[in-house]
Amino acid sequence: MRIKQLLIGMTASVIAVSSYIEMAVADLKFPMLVYRTGAYAPNGIPNADGFVDYYKMINARDGGIGGEKILHPECETGYKTQVGVECYEKNKKDAMVFQPMSTGITYQLIPKATADGVTVYSTGYGRTSAANGKVFKWIFNAPVTYWDGASIAVRHILKQNFGNIKGKKIALVYHNSAYGKEPIRTLETLAKKHGYKLMLLPVDHPGQEQKATWLKIRKARPNYVLMWGWGVMNQVAIKSAASIKFPMENFIGIWWSGSENDVLPAGQGAHGYKSLTFNAPGTNYQVHKDIKKYVHDKGEASGDGSHFGTVLYNRGLFQAMVQVEAAAVAQKIHGTSKITPAMYRDGMENVNLSAKRLEELGFKDFAPPFKNSCENHGGSGLAAVQQWDAKTKKWNMITEYMYGDSDVVQKLIAEDSSKYAAEQKIAERCN
Amino acid sequence: MSVELLNFIETVLNGLMSGVMYSLVALGFVLIFKASGVFNFAQGVFALFAALTLVGYQTGQVPFAHLINELFGTNYHNWYASMPNFFAILLTMVTMIALAWIIERLVLKHLVNQDPIILFMATIGLAFALEGVGDLMWGSDVKVLDVGIPSGGSIWLEEATIGLAAEGSDYYGMYVDVLNIWATVIAVILVVSLALFSQYTKTGRALRAVADDHQAALSVGISLRSIWILVWAISGFIAMVAGIMWGTESGVQFSLSLIALKALPVLILGGFTSIPGAIIGGLMIGVGEKLAEIYIGGYFETGAIENWFAYVMALVFLLFRPQGLFGDKIIERV
Repeated sequence: MRIKQLLIGMTASVIAVSSYIEMAVADLKFPMLVYRTGAYAPNGIPNADGFVDYYKMINARDGGIGGEKILHPECETGYKTQVGVECYEKNKKDAMVFQPMSTGITYQLIPKATADGVTVYSTGYGRTSAANGKVFKWIFNAPVTYWDGASIAVRHILKQNFGNIKGKKIALVYHNSAYGKEPIRTLETLAKKHGYKLMLLPVDHPGQEQKATWLKIRKARPNYVLMWGWGVMNQVAIKSAASIKFPMENFIGIWWSGSENDVLPAGQGAHGYKSLTFNAPGTNYQVHKDIKKYVHDKGEASGDGSHFGTVLYNRGLFQAMVQVEAAAVAQKIHGTSKITPAMYRDGMENVNLSAKRLEELGFKDFAPPFKNSCENHGGSGLAAVQQWDAKTKKWNMITEYMYGDSDVVQKLIAEDSSKYAAEQKIAERCN
Repeated sequence: MSVELLNFIETVLNGLMSGVMYSLVALGFVLIFKASGVFNFAQGVFALFAALTLVGYQTGQVPFAHLINELFGTNYHNWYASMPNFFAILLTMVTMIALAWIIERLVLKHLVNQDPIILFMATIGLAFALEGVGDLMWGSDVKVLDVGIPSGGSIWLEEATIGLAAEGSDYYGMYVDVLNIWATVIAVILVVSLALFSQYTKTGRALRAVADDHQAALSVGISLRSIWILVWAISGFIAMVAGIMWGTESGVQFSLSLIALKALPVLILGGFTSIPGAIIGGLMIGVGEKLAEIYIGGYFETGAIENWFAYVMALVFLLFRPQGLFGDKIIERV
């Protein structure tokens, strides 16, 4: 009897103490859907490390957001859609925002998060038409969408060909998933507009074997190859392109196909490969100095700290910064530091990352400025082209940040989101 | 010759080369299944683990560095700058033998006389455990593997075949990756060595005896446990070769363990107990899937049919010859 009482007492104490700790420390919950294991871990780890280091820095340097500490529980998805949905269900209570880090998971979460009143932020991925805030109240994909990306890649090709690409052949090598299929519609529309011939070449998960794909490319000799790849698919594709001697300067990947991991295995063969990007690589920014001072020098780095300054790590910093800024904006709008998920959404919709604000946050010249609004959840739509230098093992930005074909992209977004609104019986807002 | 015919030959040639890569993985499965009746689900992870270990030794990485640093607040990452390939490969082989010994002591020894399904389940557990250990030991980053095997299109073949097409035709010569040619040479050496070993050495004959009948082999004094360690060690060595070939192509990363899925249709087609079956099956699957992808893939809206087409081929074969091309015929006596 005594033992039973003792056990009950101990359990009650543990519950009470842990609830107190949670209330005292975990004021703002930013659950992280990560993939630190499995086939896509080499991409997932640096990105997740960027998030964690930024949150830790904000907690250490500023004491959290408006005095409220950030709690960032991780849930391992393995880049699997079903597991991602389970992670969402497990962590959605009191969550400010979810960053699914997978277009497949994002598609599944859109109706769920909308019903639950939880913000989903898919930074430069996910469903492109979610950029239409009139229909997708809870979903954000700023600063740039896949359809912007596709049209920016075509714009870059147009510039190289003095505005005329009629009769040229452009191949799209894509991950055979919701993510990889995203740009097809835009590229087809642009093919009609500019008169180029589009070749579609899907690659099944994980993309370890692509011989047939590259034999097709070798025979068809497209002028340009675009790639929407992720994980091992990127490395094999870049190596295969080098192997068939495809001119690397005519091979352009989306921003998820342009990290150091993707090009290093191909060695010198990857020299000249291009990718789009919406953030800079390197460590020469104030945010890196702060992270080093408040996190790494105290032995608190996420992982072994070896990804510091890489493309995907820096993207994680950028994504985390936007999420933290949204919370700060929400606190300002509602006049309280203790914001609710609904208040957080208001903050995300009013994020205004001007050049001045980016500088204040330690991100000067790190990424182009952007602003969300009720109508626009897709940001500025700006991206630049970076090129790999295999000799110095560095990415170099070779263009300014540029816009895509907004006439085409906006029309497609309006069409797709209207269709979704009709299917889901969603009344347009912001009118 | 017409360009179409030359392209067809090129596709077949590349299919054969891919098939060799699949066979390298399938060989490990066959060896273990033949000797112990265990379908080793962990064979793909073996290849991954071997490749991770090889790169770790090459680059002087401290095993379990992350764990050690986390526990003791240290900052160890590398012992030394680099190790010559020969020694790194040798050390990896020793590690794979040690791994075989550990598996025998910790898993197989305790499961003697259990149903095949229990042993199969144990290897599934082993696959996940080994993947986790590999992650803890060497980390999850993409690693560049270079043991000096050349890669890239063969310029010689391209130049030798460019003149075969009719004059004025749009033909650039035939393409074959040099890495795949090396893989073929290595696979041939491997199969010949295995055949000589099993035919002409005492241990090889003991291995065949165990494969034919465990009880009979035991009754003539053959140590089942030593043979199992040996067979798992050989299979670990083959996994290392497969890991080197696949890792050189894509970089060493955790998706490498999925190459086991490429070996399954090969095994169904070639039979689970035949080394020539693993080779012929690999070649048939390689050619079949490449021809399918290039010549009929365009008729499917989704494209990318080669992965599932290999399984369709295997399934069709299964209907007519369940034991595979060279597998032992299943005879049930009443």
